[in-house]
Amino acid sequence: MNKKKLLATPYLFWSVMFIIIPLCMIFYYGFTDKTGAFTLENITAIASAEHFKALWLSILLSLISTVICLLLAYPLAMILANMNVNQNSFIVVIFILPMWMNFLLRTLAWQTLLEKTGVINNILSFLHLPTLNIINTPYAIVLGMVYNFLPFMVLPLYNALVKIDKNVINAAKDLGANPVQTFTKITFPLSLPGVISGITMVFVPALTTFVISTLLGGSKVLLIGNVIEQEFTQTGNWYLGSGLSIVLMIFIIISMILSAIFDKDREGALL
Amino acid sequence: MKTFFKRFYIAIIFIFLYAPIATLIILSFNKSKTRSKWGGFTLNWYISLFEDETILQALWNTLLIAVLSSLIAVVIGTAACIAMQSMSKKMRTVFMGITNIPMLNADIVTGISLMLLYISFGIRFGFSTILLSHITFNIPYVILSVMPRMKQLNPHTYEAALDLGASHIQAFFKVVFPEILPGIMTGFLMAFTMSLDDFIITHFTKGAGIDTLSTKIYSEVRKGIKPEMYALSTIIFITVIVLLFVINVSGKKSSQNTKNKAQR
Repeated sequence: MNKKKLLATPYLFWSVMFIIIPLCMIFYYGFTDKTGAFTLENITAIASAEHFKALWLSILLSLISTVICLLLAYPLAMILANMNVNQNSFIVVIFILPMWMNFLLRTLAWQTLLEKTGVINNILSFLHLPTLNIINTPYAIVLGMVYNFLPFMVLPLYNALVKIDKNVINAAKDLGANPVQTFTKITFPLSLPGVISGITMVFVPALTTFVISTLLGGSKVLLIGNVIEQEFTQTGNWYLGSGLSIVLMIFIIISMILSAIFDKDREGALL
Repeated sequence: MKTFFKRFYIAIIFIFLYAPIATLIILSFNKSKTRSKWGGFTLNWYISLFEDETILQALWNTLLIAVLSSLIAVVIGTAACIAMQSMSKKMRTVFMGITNIPMLNADIVTGISLMLLYISFGIRFGFSTILLSHITFNIPYVILSVMPRMKQLNPHTYEAALDLGASHIQAFFKVVFPEILPGIMTGFLMAFTMSLDDFIITHFTKGAGIDTLSTKIYSEVRKGIKPEMYALSTIIFITVIVLLFVINVSGKKSSQNTKNKAQR
């Protein structure tokens, strides 16, 4: 039996080398300055007006996107879960399929759709409706986030809802619960692991994105992801970049802990 | 009425998800080079695509990295799953916790951390650093797809094979492997897709002089995307749909065949 455990050696080596050590490096750089001396300056730099504004905007936009994703995805997941489609894989495929078209191109396509004389505005003006002017604004970024991360909300919700025993819901109805009560007392609590998992899977990438803000926000909107990316690729101040990443990781760790508490059976929650 | 609303809602979400894709496909046939104008139908971009060395090179890099990284991730990940089966619960929790780090961590943090690792170990940025990074974020997808299959496995069948004289390796490939194969396939496909679609981690770990499709597109954003890119992604997308269709049809046939055999 012990021989079997040896099979974990490559993975163990890999995760120490490429997951654990790199994370330690971020902490090393985040807490030192150029001379290698210990400092907290890189962390406290988040309080500067410019950085704090970026962080605040990131939190705000990602929270809004997460809520919109949840509101859009929950009814969808309920409809799909009740459709009794035998082919679970079909539903997964529909949401995975867009990923085969490059994520940058798909996001850029929204530029074409949203432009002043773009497709959507042409349709709106044809219908004599007021036109949308949201390109290069935070609204366009929220739209881009919802578009890119919606599948990450739908799939865990669907998985959680499909597992619910229909007899439990029928029992609630038999015992006189109305549809609203059935939802708030039975369906929603039972789907909570999916909700939490979906929230973390949308919130974390939305909070840390720099691509969506670059592509849809023009160069006007700066998110915390943009600040960190510039520190690494343009300014070359890895110490400050690492320090700001540590601040970001606090949010990530909070959501990791939340999902660990609510979602004990995470293994295989992916599909 | 209710079913109408349900269908309508699904349709709206479907349009939301696929409208940009339709836009890109239409743009690949657009004679005008600017995105915002329709200049008439053309197939020119599909022809000039195959003469554009830099795009073809980026495509080759992307595919090679996707194939290699998902294959290596499948081997390491499956081996880890087998090992985890015989571990104590505590050990397994630790391993699964580590597995979840790249899944839950932000791509930008993973990318930066790997960049810092390569810099401090003096590894030259290029193909190999992208490959190592992609393997790193692909392994969790394999483990998360294989592990549930592993749990469903009846351990006694493996022991029975050993009792009947099979070697450990024979027993694994004849008994365990066919059972977990669907999980391995899903893991491979997920890993391949993630590798193909990744931009952020590649962006931080690629170094100068090498491009995947994603980083090439990103570098073109300011000067304008070459229409050949739209043509290429349309080809990739259509190929995937056709492949999925073929796999689905043949999969149904083979499962019907086995059913027929079982009935006989």
